[in-house]
Amino acid sequence: MTLLVNGENREVGEGATVAALLESLGLGGAPCAVEVNKELVPKSGHDSTTLSDGDTIEIVTLVGGG
Amino acid sequence: MSTIENKNLPDAPATPPTPESLLDAPLVIGERRFNSRLFVGTGKYATYEQMQQALSASGCEAVTVAVRRERLVNERGESLLDFIDTDRYTILPNTAGCFSAEDAVRVSRLGRELLSQIGNRGASWVKLEVLGDKKTLLPDPTGTLEACRTLVADGFEVMAYTSDDPIAALRLKEAGAACVMPAGSPIGSGQGILNANNIVLCLELLKEGDSDYPVIVDAGVGAASDVARAMELGADGVLLNTAVAHATNPVAMAAAMRRAIEAGRLSYVSGRIPKRLYATASSPWEGTISYIPGE
Repeated sequence: MTLLVNGENREVGEGATVAALLESLGLGGAPCAVEVNKELVPKSGHDSTTLSDGDTIEIVTLVGGG
Repeated sequence: MSTIENKNLPDAPATPPTPESLLDAPLVIGERRFNSRLFVGTGKYATYEQMQQALSASGCEAVTVAVRRERLVNERGESLLDFIDTDRYTILPNTAGCFSAEDAVRVSRLGRELLSQIGNRGASWVKLEVLGDKKTLLPDPTGTLEACRTLVADGFEVMAYTSDDPIAALRLKEAGAACVMPAGSPIGSGQGILNANNIVLCLELLKEGDSDYPVIVDAGVGAASDVARAMELGADGVLLNTAVAHATNPVAMAAAMRRAIEAGRLSYVSGRIPKRLYATASSPWEGTISYIPGE
């Protein structure tokens, strides 16, 4: 299935979870916050939240800012 | 007589306050207390090492950060969080780059999630910016107010960035903002405080019957004198970034900002003299041997 992750299309296996997506991107364990279709998915829900074809995902972190 | 008495003078106060004691009072914002009244941003430094040194030299205890799409590492393989001592600094996530209340609320929630993951005290507070225009970066007053209401209802302590419009500032306080942060001038412009009268009016309206309500001047600082000015007007603190990060010597400028905060605060609590049109001589007229015109 295809997901829109941080503005780019990515193919992942059917039934992938948020945790699996982060792992596949090399982000497992790093502090990062995830939104699925504009709704925050807290870390406690990364394992249990299953993604669907066409979902829009934002994965964010902290950067320098004023 | 071994003692000198002057019955014409009132009793001197037993112990006049020392400058140190006048600077002692912490800045309280919601449940957070700060000994430093300076808030410094983490953006635009040449290197993370330079940022670290500047933050340290500034004496600040709270730093702002932005929330952005994950790239995890910069080109040197480093990430911001590797360079911020999260035990030392309270991290204040911002919603910079948001042009709608909806996006600012989303970014606030993402920031709270990130700070919760790293266990920083800054989780649950946010520097709310809803901008109206990319060129001026001036705040959108209605979007800011709408986002403020939503975030307060969601349990956030909102630090609301706003223009120097006193009524807009008051509305944000009424909406539940923990702190209102009027801009001295546009973000990153280095123009200092363009309308000191408006900042004074903001302070008056926001602190009426509530003198401890925190008001921080945010944005526009160009040099240390701007910081001292804001504090002399009665602001509780100053938030800045570019003036330090883009100074020729950011670390030295950060040290200047630290001193300006203290100088301005001390000047404010010491009670300045009123301004007068005419001069008042500091040396006595009595006993002068010279010719005085008009006498």
